[in-house]
Amino acid sequence: MSMLVAAAPALPLHTAGKYVAGAYIVFVALILIYVGIMAKRLRSTERQLAEVRHELERRDQEREVDREAERVA
Amino acid sequence: MTTYAKGLKGLSLATIVTITVALALVFFYAPLDADQGFIQKIFYIHVPLAIVSLCGFILGGIFGIAHLRTGDRRYDMRSYVAIHMALIFGVGGLITGSIWAKASWGHWWVWNEPTLVSFLIVLLLFATYQPLRFSIEDPERQARYASVFAIVAGAFVPLNFIAVRLAQQFVHPRVLTLTGGNLPGPMRLTFLVSLAGAALLYATLWKYEMAAKDARMQLRRLRRSLVGEDAVAPLRRSAAPS
Repeated sequence: MSMLVAAAPALPLHTAGKYVAGAYIVFVALILIYVGIMAKRLRSTERQLAEVRHELERRDQEREVDREAERVA
Repeated sequence: MTTYAKGLKGLSLATIVTITVALALVFFYAPLDADQGFIQKIFYIHVPLAIVSLCGFILGGIFGIAHLRTGDRRYDMRSYVAIHMALIFGVGGLITGSIWAKASWGHWWVWNEPTLVSFLIVLLLFATYQPLRFSIEDPERQARYASVFAIVAGAFVPLNFIAVRLAQQFVHPRVLTLTGGNLPGPMRLTFLVSLAGAALLYATLWKYEMAAKDARMQLRRLRRSLVGEDAVAPLRRSAAPS
Protein backbone atom coordinates (compact mmCIF):
# COMPACT_ATOMS: atom_id res chain seq x y z
CA MET A 1 0.00 0.00 0.00
CA SER A 2 2.82 2.38 0.96
CA MET A 3 4.48 1.61 -2.39
CA LEU A 4 1.27 2.45 -4.19
CA VAL A 5 0.95 5.74 -2.33
CA ALA A 6 4.60 6.53 -3.11
CA ALA A 7 4.05 5.81 -6.82
CA ALA A 8 0.80 7.76 -6.98
CA PRO A 9 0.61 11.33 -8.17
CA ALA A 10 0.56 13.91 -5.42
CA LEU A 11 -2.93 14.37 -4.02
CA PRO A 12 -3.43 18.07 -3.46
CA LEU A 13 -6.07 17.87 -0.76
CA HIS A 14 -6.67 21.59 -0.38
CA THR A 15 -9.62 23.06 -2.25
CA ALA A 16 -10.11 20.30 -4.81
CA GLY A 17 -9.98 17.52 -2.23
CA LYS A 18 -13.28 18.36 -0.58
CA TYR A 19 -15.13 18.43 -3.91
CA VAL A 20 -13.65 15.13 -5.08
CA ALA A 21 -14.39 13.57 -1.68
CA GLY A 22 -17.93 14.99 -1.84
CA ALA A 23 -18.59 13.44 -5.26
CA TYR A 24 -17.37 10.00 -4.20
CA ILE A 25 -19.24 10.23 -0.87
CA VAL A 26 -22.46 10.94 -2.84
CA PHE A 27 -21.84 7.74 -4.83
CA VAL A 28 -21.25 5.66 -1.70
CA ALA A 29 -24.21 7.28 0.10
CA LEU A 30 -26.57 6.47 -2.79
CA ILE A 31 -25.50 2.81 -2.71
CA LEU A 32 -25.85 2.66 1.10
CA ILE A 33 -29.33 4.23 1.02
CA TYR A 34 -30.39 1.77 -1.67
CA VAL A 35 -28.98 -1.20 0.25
CA GLY A 36 -30.75 0.07 3.41
CA ILE A 37 -34.10 0.21 1.60
CA MET A 38 -33.50 -3.28 0.18
CA ALA A 39 -32.67 -4.59 3.68
CA LYS A 40 -35.94 -3.14 5.03
CA ARG A 41 -37.91 -4.85 2.26
CA LEU A 42 -36.03 -8.10 2.89
CA ARG A 43 -37.08 -8.01 6.56
CA SER A 44 -40.71 -7.65 5.48
CA THR A 45 -40.36 -10.59 3.07
CA GLU A 46 -38.76 -12.70 5.82
CA ARG A 47 -41.66 -11.86 8.17
CA GLN A 48 -44.19 -12.96 5.56
CA LEU A 49 -42.19 -16.11 4.88
CA ALA A 50 -42.25 -16.92 8.62
CA GLU A 51 -46.06 -16.50 8.62
CA VAL A 52 -46.38 -18.93 5.71
CA ARG A 53 -44.09 -21.40 7.48
CA HIS A 54 -46.17 -21.17 10.70
CA GLU A 55 -49.34 -21.73 8.70
CA LEU A 56 -47.85 -24.81 7.03
CA GLU A 57 -46.68 -26.21 10.39
CA ARG A 58 -50.12 -25.62 11.92
CA ARG A 59 -51.72 -27.51 9.04
CA ASP A 60 -49.27 -30.36 9.36
CA GLN A 61 -50.04 -30.64 13.08
CA GLU A 62 -53.79 -30.62 12.40
CA ARG A 63 -53.37 -33.34 9.77
CA GLU A 64 -51.31 -35.38 12.24
CA VAL A 65 -54.00 -35.06 14.94
CA ASP A 66 -56.70 -36.12 12.44
CA ARG A 67 -54.64 -39.14 11.37
CA GLU A 68 -54.13 -40.10 15.03
CA ALA A 69 -57.85 -39.79 15.71
CA GLU A 70 -58.65 -42.00 12.69
CA ARG A 71 -56.19 -44.65 13.90
CA VAL A 72 -57.73 -44.64 17.43
CA ALA A 73 -61.25 -44.89 15.95
CA MET B 1 -34.03 -19.40 -5.68
CA THR B 2 -35.70 -17.11 -8.23
CA THR B 3 -34.56 -16.95 -11.87
CA TYR B 4 -33.01 -13.55 -11.26
CA ALA B 5 -30.98 -14.72 -8.26
CA LYS B 6 -28.96 -17.09 -10.48
CA GLY B 7 -25.43 -15.83 -11.02
CA LEU B 8 -25.99 -12.94 -8.63
CA LYS B 9 -23.12 -13.92 -6.34
CA GLY B 10 -20.60 -13.99 -9.22
CA LEU B 11 -21.92 -10.74 -10.61
CA SER B 12 -21.71 -9.07 -7.18
CA LEU B 13 -18.11 -10.21 -6.75
CA ALA B 14 -17.20 -9.00 -10.27
CA THR B 15 -18.78 -5.63 -9.44
CA ILE B 16 -16.88 -5.26 -6.17
CA VAL B 17 -13.56 -6.22 -7.82
CA THR B 18 -14.09 -3.90 -10.81
CA ILE B 19 -15.10 -0.92 -8.65
CA THR B 20 -12.12 -1.51 -6.32
CA VAL B 21 -9.73 -1.69 -9.31
CA ALA B 22 -11.38 1.42 -10.81
CA LEU B 23 -10.92 3.40 -7.56
CA ALA B 24 -7.28 2.26 -7.34
CA LEU B 25 -6.69 3.37 -10.94
CA VAL B 26 -8.44 6.71 -10.37
CA PHE B 27 -6.36 7.66 -7.34
CA PHE B 28 -3.07 5.82 -7.92
CA TYR B 29 -2.63 5.37 -11.68
CA ALA B 30 -4.41 8.02 -13.73
CA PRO B 31 -2.25 11.15 -14.03
CA LEU B 32 -3.47 14.51 -12.83
CA ASP B 33 -5.15 16.54 -15.55
CA ALA B 34 -2.91 19.38 -16.75
CA ASP B 35 -5.80 21.87 -16.80
CA GLN B 36 -8.09 20.84 -13.95
CA GLY B 37 -5.72 19.00 -11.64
CA PHE B 38 -7.20 16.85 -8.89
CA ILE B 39 -10.79 18.03 -9.52
CA GLN B 40 -10.81 16.06 -12.78
CA LYS B 41 -10.99 12.83 -10.69
CA ILE B 42 -14.74 13.49 -10.48
CA PHE B 43 -14.89 12.71 -14.21
CA TYR B 44 -14.34 8.98 -13.47
CA ILE B 45 -17.47 8.78 -11.35
CA HIS B 46 -19.70 11.43 -12.94
CA VAL B 47 -19.47 10.37 -16.61
CA PRO B 48 -19.90 6.58 -16.05
CA LEU B 49 -22.95 7.24 -13.82
CA ALA B 50 -24.50 9.51 -16.47
CA ILE B 51 -23.76 7.10 -19.37
CA VAL B 52 -25.08 4.05 -17.51
CA SER B 53 -28.16 6.04 -16.48
CA LEU B 54 -28.95 7.00 -20.10
CA CYS B 55 -28.36 3.39 -21.25
CA GLY B 56 -30.70 2.24 -18.46
CA PHE B 57 -33.47 4.51 -19.78
CA ILE B 58 -32.98 3.05 -23.28
CA LEU B 59 -33.01 -0.48 -21.79
CA GLY B 60 -36.34 0.36 -20.14
CA GLY B 61 -37.69 1.30 -23.58
CA ILE B 62 -36.42 -1.97 -25.10
CA PHE B 63 -38.17 -3.97 -22.36
CA GLY B 64 -41.25 -1.84 -23.04
CA ILE B 65 -41.18 -2.95 -26.70
CA ALA B 66 -40.81 -6.59 -25.59
CA HIS B 67 -43.79 -6.16 -23.26
CA LEU B 68 -46.04 -4.70 -25.95
CA ARG B 69 -44.98 -7.36 -28.47
CA THR B 70 -45.43 -10.36 -26.18
CA GLY B 71 -47.90 -9.15 -23.55
CA ASP B 72 -45.65 -10.81 -20.97
CA ARG B 73 -45.90 -8.83 -17.71
CA ARG B 74 -42.37 -9.84 -16.71
CA TYR B 75 -41.06 -7.43 -19.34
CA ASP B 76 -43.05 -4.64 -17.73
CA MET B 77 -41.38 -5.45 -14.42
CA ARG B 78 -37.96 -5.46 -16.12
CA SER B 79 -38.69 -2.13 -17.78
CA TYR B 80 -39.87 -0.66 -14.46
CA VAL B 81 -36.74 -1.80 -12.60
CA ALA B 82 -34.43 -0.67 -15.45
CA ILE B 83 -35.93 2.85 -15.34
CA HIS B 84 -36.00 2.89 -11.53
CA MET B 85 -32.28 2.02 -11.35
CA ALA B 86 -31.44 4.45 -14.16
CA LEU B 87 -33.14 7.25 -12.20
CA ILE B 88 -30.99 6.49 -9.14
CA PHE B 89 -27.83 6.50 -11.29
CA GLY B 90 -29.06 9.69 -13.00
CA VAL B 91 -29.47 11.46 -9.68
CA GLY B 92 -25.93 10.34 -8.79
CA GLY B 93 -24.63 11.68 -12.11
CA LEU B 94 -26.47 14.96 -11.64
CA ILE B 95 -25.19 15.54 -8.09
CA THR B 96 -21.58 14.61 -8.91
CA GLY B 97 -21.78 16.81 -12.03
CA SER B 98 -23.06 19.67 -9.96
CA ILE B 99 -20.18 19.28 -7.52
CA TRP B 100 -17.73 19.26 -10.45
CA ALA B 101 -19.37 22.36 -11.93
CA LYS B 102 -19.01 24.20 -8.61
CA ALA B 103 -15.34 23.20 -8.37
CA SER B 104 -14.53 24.02 -12.02
CA TRP B 105 -16.82 26.87 -12.95
CA GLY B 106 -17.72 28.28 -9.54
CA HIS B 107 -21.44 27.54 -9.97
CA TRP B 108 -23.50 24.56 -8.85
CA TRP B 109 -25.58 24.80 -12.00
CA VAL B 110 -25.12 26.51 -15.38
CA TRP B 111 -28.37 27.00 -17.27
CA ASN B 112 -26.81 27.85 -20.64
CA GLU B 113 -24.82 24.60 -20.80
CA PRO B 114 -26.66 22.25 -23.24
CA THR B 115 -25.35 18.95 -21.83
CA LEU B 116 -26.37 19.75 -18.25
CA VAL B 117 -29.81 21.06 -19.15
CA SER B 118 -30.57 18.24 -21.59
CA PHE B 119 -29.62 15.64 -18.98
CA LEU B 120 -31.89 17.38 -16.47
CA ILE B 121 -34.74 17.32 -19.02
CA VAL B 122 -34.27 13.57 -19.58
CA LEU B 123 -34.18 12.98 -15.83
CA LEU B 124 -37.31 15.07 -15.22
CA LEU B 125 -39.07 13.27 -18.08
CA PHE B 126 -38.36 9.90 -16.50
CA ALA B 127 -39.24 11.25 -13.06
CA THR B 128 -42.85 11.39 -14.31
CA TYR B 129 -42.77 7.63 -15.06
CA GLN B 130 -43.66 6.53 -11.53
CA PRO B 131 -46.45 9.13 -10.99
CA LEU B 132 -47.86 8.06 -14.38
CA ARG B 133 -47.96 4.43 -13.26
CA PHE B 134 -49.43 5.39 -9.88
CA SER B 135 -52.24 7.35 -11.55
CA ILE B 136 -53.52 4.23 -13.37
CA GLU B 137 -55.31 1.77 -11.13
CA ASP B 138 -55.92 -1.12 -13.53
CA PRO B 139 -52.66 -3.18 -13.62
CA GLU B 140 -53.07 -4.18 -17.28
CA ARG B 141 -53.58 -0.62 -18.46
CA GLN B 142 -50.85 0.60 -16.13
CA ALA B 143 -48.36 -1.83 -17.69
CA ARG B 144 -49.41 -0.98 -21.26
CA TYR B 145 -49.32 2.81 -20.83
CA ALA B 146 -46.03 2.59 -18.93
CA SER B 147 -44.49 0.57 -21.79
CA VAL B 148 -45.62 3.16 -24.34
CA PHE B 149 -44.10 5.90 -22.18
CA ALA B 150 -40.85 3.92 -21.74
CA ILE B 151 -40.51 3.43 -25.51
CA VAL B 152 -41.21 7.07 -26.45
CA ALA B 153 -39.08 8.52 -23.67
CA GLY B 154 -36.35 5.92 -24.32
CA ALA B 155 -36.23 6.94 -27.99
CA PHE B 156 -35.92 10.57 -26.86
CA VAL B 157 -32.66 9.80 -25.03
CA PRO B 158 -30.39 9.17 -28.08
CA LEU B 159 -32.16 11.89 -30.08
CA ASN B 160 -31.52 14.36 -27.29
CA PHE B 161 -27.90 13.22 -27.06
CA ILE B 162 -27.33 13.71 -30.80
CA ALA B 163 -29.01 17.12 -30.74
CA VAL B 164 -26.74 18.30 -27.94
CA ARG B 165 -23.67 16.94 -29.76
CA LEU B 166 -24.64 18.89 -32.86
CA ALA B 167 -25.15 22.09 -30.87
CA GLN B 168 -22.49 24.69 -31.48
CA GLN B 169 -22.12 26.42 -28.14
CA PHE B 170 -19.97 24.00 -26.22
CA VAL B 171 -18.95 24.68 -22.68
CA HIS B 172 -18.83 21.07 -21.60
CA PRO B 173 -15.48 19.45 -22.47
CA ARG B 174 -15.61 16.89 -25.32
CA VAL B 175 -13.23 14.11 -24.36
CA LEU B 176 -15.13 11.12 -25.75
CA THR B 177 -15.73 10.85 -29.47
CA LEU B 178 -16.24 8.04 -31.99
CA THR B 179 -12.75 8.69 -33.37
CA GLY B 180 -11.05 8.03 -30.06
CA GLY B 181 -11.40 11.25 -28.11
CA ASN B 182 -8.81 13.34 -26.36
CA LEU B 183 -8.10 11.12 -23.38
CA PRO B 184 -4.51 9.92 -23.01
CA GLY B 185 -3.93 6.15 -22.52
CA PRO B 186 -3.86 5.84 -18.69
CA MET B 187 -6.85 8.15 -18.34
CA ARG B 188 -8.79 6.22 -21.00
CA LEU B 189 -8.05 2.88 -19.31
CA THR B 190 -9.14 4.30 -15.94
CA PHE B 191 -12.29 5.70 -17.49
CA LEU B 192 -13.16 2.40 -19.24
CA VAL B 193 -12.67 0.41 -16.01
CA SER B 194 -14.81 2.96 -14.13
CA LEU B 195 -17.48 2.68 -16.82
CA ALA B 196 -17.37 -1.13 -16.57
CA GLY B 197 -17.69 -0.82 -12.77
CA ALA B 198 -20.74 1.44 -13.06
CA ALA B 199 -22.33 -0.84 -15.69
CA LEU B 200 -21.71 -3.92 -13.53
CA LEU B 201 -23.13 -2.12 -10.49
CA TYR B 202 -26.24 -1.26 -12.49
CA ALA B 203 -26.62 -4.88 -13.67
CA THR B 204 -26.12 -6.22 -10.14
CA LEU B 205 -28.61 -3.85 -8.53
CA TRP B 206 -31.09 -4.54 -11.35
CA LYS B 207 -30.81 -8.26 -10.70
CA TYR B 208 -31.12 -7.77 -6.92
CA GLU B 209 -34.24 -5.67 -7.35
CA MET B 210 -35.75 -8.15 -9.82
CA ALA B 211 -34.94 -11.11 -7.53
CA ALA B 212 -36.48 -9.32 -4.54
CA LYS B 213 -39.64 -8.37 -6.46
CA ASP B 214 -39.97 -11.85 -7.94
CA ALA B 215 -39.56 -13.46 -4.49
CA ARG B 216 -42.21 -11.16 -3.00
CA MET B 217 -44.65 -11.95 -5.80
CA GLN B 218 -44.08 -15.70 -5.44
CA LEU B 219 -44.54 -15.42 -1.68
CA ARG B 220 -47.77 -13.53 -2.14
CA ARG B 221 -49.10 -16.19 -4.53
CA LEU B 222 -48.11 -18.88 -2.01
CA ARG B 223 -49.94 -17.09 0.82
CA ARG B 224 -53.01 -16.68 -1.34
CA SER B 225 -53.13 -20.37 -2.20
CA LEU B 226 -52.40 -21.35 1.41
CA VAL B 227 -54.72 -19.13 3.44
CA GLY B 228 -57.15 -18.04 0.73
CA GLU B 229 -57.69 -14.89 -1.28
CA ASP B 230 -59.67 -13.12 1.49
CA ALA B 231 -57.12 -13.69 4.25
CA VAL B 232 -54.36 -11.86 2.36
CA ALA B 233 -54.62 -8.09 2.59
CA PRO B 234 -55.26 -6.57 -0.86
CA LEU B 235 -52.31 -4.86 -2.50
CA ARG B 236 -52.15 -1.13 -1.92
CA ARG B 237 -52.23 1.05 -5.01
CA SER B 238 -48.69 1.18 -6.28
CA ALA B 239 -46.56 2.42 -9.12
CA ALA B 240 -44.71 -0.90 -9.12
CA PRO B 241 -46.02 -3.75 -11.30
CA SER B 242 -48.07 -6.27 -9.28
